[in-house]
Amino acid sequence: MNYQAVIGLEVHVQLKTDTKIFCGCSTTFGASPNSQTCPVCLGMPGVLPVLNKKVVEFAIRAGLATNCRIAPRSVFARKNYFYPDLPKGYQISQYELPICQNGHLDIEVDGQVKRIGITRIHMEEDAGKLVHADVPGLGSGSGVDLNRACTPLLEIVSEPDIRSADEAVAYLRKLHQIVVYLGICDGNMEEGSFRCDANVSVMPVGSTTFGTRTETKNVNSFRFVKQAIEHEIERQIELIEEGGKVVQETRLFDPNTGETRSMRGKEEAHDYRYFPDPDLVPLVISNDWVEDTRLSLPELPDARRSRYRSELGLSDYDAEVLTATREMAEYFENCLAAGAPAKGAANWVMGEVTRALNEAGKDIAECPVAPARLTALLQLIEKGTISGKIAKTVFDEMWQSDKAPEAIVEEKGLVQVSDTGAIEKIIDEIMAANMGQVEEFRGGKEKVFGFFVGQVMRASKGKANPAVVNELLMKKLKG
Amino acid sequence: MELFELTLHELHDKLAKREVSSVEATRALLARIEATDSRVNAYITVTPDEALAAAEAADRRIAAGGLTPLTGVPVALKDIFVTRGIRTTCGSKILGNFIPPYDGTVVAKLREAGAVIVGKLNQDEFAMGSSGESSAFGATKNPWNLACIPGGSSSGSAAAIAARSATATLGTDTGGSIRQPASHCGCVGLRPTYGRVSRYGVIAYASSLDQVGPVTRDVTDCALMLGAVAGHDPLDSTSIDLPVPDYAAALTGQVKGLRLGLPKEYYLEGLDPDVKRALDAAIETYRGLGAEFVEVSLPHTDYAVATYYLIATAEASSNLARYDGVRFGHRAAGAANLIDMFRRSRAEGFGAEVKRRIMIGTYALSSGYYDAYYLKAQKVRTLIMQDFMKAFEQVDALLTPVAPTPAFKIGEKVDDPLQMYLSDIFTIPVNLAGTCAISVPAGMSAAGLPIGLQLIGRPFGEETILRAAHAFEQATEWHRHTAQL
Ligand SMILES: [Zn+2]
Repeated sequence: MNYQAVIGLEVHVQLKTDTKIFCGCSTTFGASPNSQTCPVCLGMPGVLPVLNKKVVEFAIRAGLATNCRIAPRSVFARKNYFYPDLPKGYQISQYELPICQNGHLDIEVDGQVKRIGITRIHMEEDAGKLVHADVPGLGSGSGVDLNRACTPLLEIVSEPDIRSADEAVAYLRKLHQIVVYLGICDGNMEEGSFRCDANVSVMPVGSTTFGTRTETKNVNSFRFVKQAIEHEIERQIELIEEGGKVVQETRLFDPNTGETRSMRGKEEAHDYRYFPDPDLVPLVISNDWVEDTRLSLPELPDARRSRYRSELGLSDYDAEVLTATREMAEYFENCLAAGAPAKGAANWVMGEVTRALNEAGKDIAECPVAPARLTALLQLIEKGTISGKIAKTVFDEMWQSDKAPEAIVEEKGLVQVSDTGAIEKIIDEIMAANMGQVEEFRGGKEKVFGFFVGQVMRASKGKANPAVVNELLMKKLKG
Repeated sequence: MELFELTLHELHDKLAKREVSSVEATRALLARIEATDSRVNAYITVTPDEALAAAEAADRRIAAGGLTPLTGVPVALKDIFVTRGIRTTCGSKILGNFIPPYDGTVVAKLREAGAVIVGKLNQDEFAMGSSGESSAFGATKNPWNLACIPGGSSSGSAAAIAARSATATLGTDTGGSIRQPASHCGCVGLRPTYGRVSRYGVIAYASSLDQVGPVTRDVTDCALMLGAVAGHDPLDSTSIDLPVPDYAAALTGQVKGLRLGLPKEYYLEGLDPDVKRALDAAIETYRGLGAEFVEVSLPHTDYAVATYYLIATAEASSNLARYDGVRFGHRAAGAANLIDMFRRSRAEGFGAEVKRRIMIGTYALSSGYYDAYYLKAQKVRTLIMQDFMKAFEQVDALLTPVAPTPAFKIGEKVDDPLQMYLSDIFTIPVNLAGTCAISVPAGMSAAGLPIGLQLIGRPFGEETILRAAHAFEQATEWHRHTAQL
């Protein structure tokens, strides 16, 4: 029998606010344990939460970018369970009335566009974390670090519209790109800023009844998501083929084996006893707030890509690469704003700039060559002042120093030679010195042409205008 | 007259005239606690050193001309208020060793006003109880008759006032926890409108019902205390951003033309004869002062107690989850694993009444029962609120009993929780409606126990009920009666 997978994803996005969702503590990652806490995030007796408006702002941004409806009134609820890193014995989350609902994202897999529904986006607080064994000052016990407690999260829940691991990854990549673009998440998956729970089930092809699903928790890389889902689909099909039954349970992905394993079964499932948090009044969001936020949104990758294709005439590939991150796109657009030609800027940003950044292990935001400087360089090429090849030398110099390209060209005497008389003189000398090759060319061995071009360029120290060289050389060689 | 016998405003006047210093008043109070509290058990913690230091600071402040109504006044707080550096138990073994790292908003306001905190008062554990018997630190006794309960849960707040071992106190009122003990102990007790006083730093029992309020010797003191602690707090999202009126200025003595409602559902056939007699006399007093009476109906009153015990316990089951032995408070020794540690710490740390309510609340919120219990209770709560709003279209305030009977004997209802729950039948609807109410002394039972009357105001109508209570107080002598200890 053939099977069809049904996948829904729950993505946890850690928000890049300076302070926590219900108190004023810092959210900086990596501080010493419990140094970023106060009575509120410690869940001390008597404390009350106060909602951070920035978190709401970020949630609205995420909702608008994913085509959701922003609820004019939403409610915080308590999710009650016991765990040592959960200071209050409940997590404040949204339940029945979340801030965003009924959105969607379009993904592209194998050239096919597909729409994935987004059920809801809600705000919640993170828990702390447990540190086991060798805790400084505790010996071999377990310690609780509550620095992360009360850190703001968005949970973005998809509809079970995803049908393969590739679609899941495409959806996740897209979501990741959007939240980073929006400036609401640093996107750092290793630090857990963007992590995913995958709900997977299988059913016979053509069936309309979903099979029993499992939930694989906290997968934090695109590669692992693909592996985890593929393994889970395979495991469930095998189980059914062998006459077994899939049990509804929570599973963990083991990156070492590429497999998922059972974490807890349904019999241990929690009754979270959700109810509206009486310490927080319902959140009312005005239409003006939503519309102001809509106006402040950056242009999102999809819109940018299609604009690059239609208005700038760039290829699909170029548009894709240039919009991969907001910083990359902004760098590119700053070049255009400074007067760079679109295609030239695209080639240079994707070529030399990216190469140099990779070699230096730098991000485009830290690029030492400012867009205006790169544009000036491109303009020197356009005007014919320097050749594209020389430009690479100039670029390397710009990377090292803080000099303008014009200054470098002048200082090093790199101005391109387009003067036909000077070039003719070089060609004559080289032809005279290589009569054998001239004969070969004239005998029909046209490959030798390249040899002459190389010789002329070398003799001119790369400064000869290649177009002029080609033209004159062809004329002279043909006699 | 002894210094400890002075009301807050009398002491304030003496401090203002420099007839007495705060240190003298504080010493007198500490001596009174020493002399009475082994019998009354109103205090869990007495803080003489901190109090005398604060009194000295208050005297310096008074000398510098910085006197406010509370400067230099010895006050005591229900042990539900979180106090920085001072053990805060909430009447529970599970918090028996808890020393908070912060002050709540109300405590900070009192300190800023220069009040002298002399100690932390006994209470029913986590404010759950109507008799003061369910404290892990032993039952509080009624100073009028040590064999009787003082009422609860703010048992120590009322008993200390009656015993003259605090000049003024603060309690909390979730279902009547200020008004009912104030009534049983012959004090004035006010439950302000929900949102009027910050709950930040008040250990939560039922968040949507809890409210901070004063217990005092007379209505003037009550107005002064409320003025000192009321107001918007950015740390409490449910606190309301409204200006705080000058409550003391509202005490004009005038009730002529005031329309008082008598809810027919509150005047039951079986009302205790002493309570009935006191109310009838109070109505006559008000008539004599020119107030008008209107019979009104609060048709959903019958459902109030059941509704309260679903909502309060549901919220409590969640609010009390943090007491799990992990980070503070009592942790059971020798647990086999994590779950066992949670389970045993809570089993050892909580008393019977708290456990009973956590169980009820957990049940009411559990899947499959949520709609039938919690959600239904919320709907009834809305109906009860609407009852009050309709009544307030006709009248300025309601006049009702506070408790169905005067204080009962210690131990009398301990084994009958349902009977005990009914002792809050006249106070609970106010909490569900989120409005304000005051209890003032209005009589004595044949057995020599105080009886209070309740005035219920519209939301943020504290000035009206304070004015009405004050006028009644001026026309009667009940607040001058003193328990003999
Ligand atoms: Zn904090």
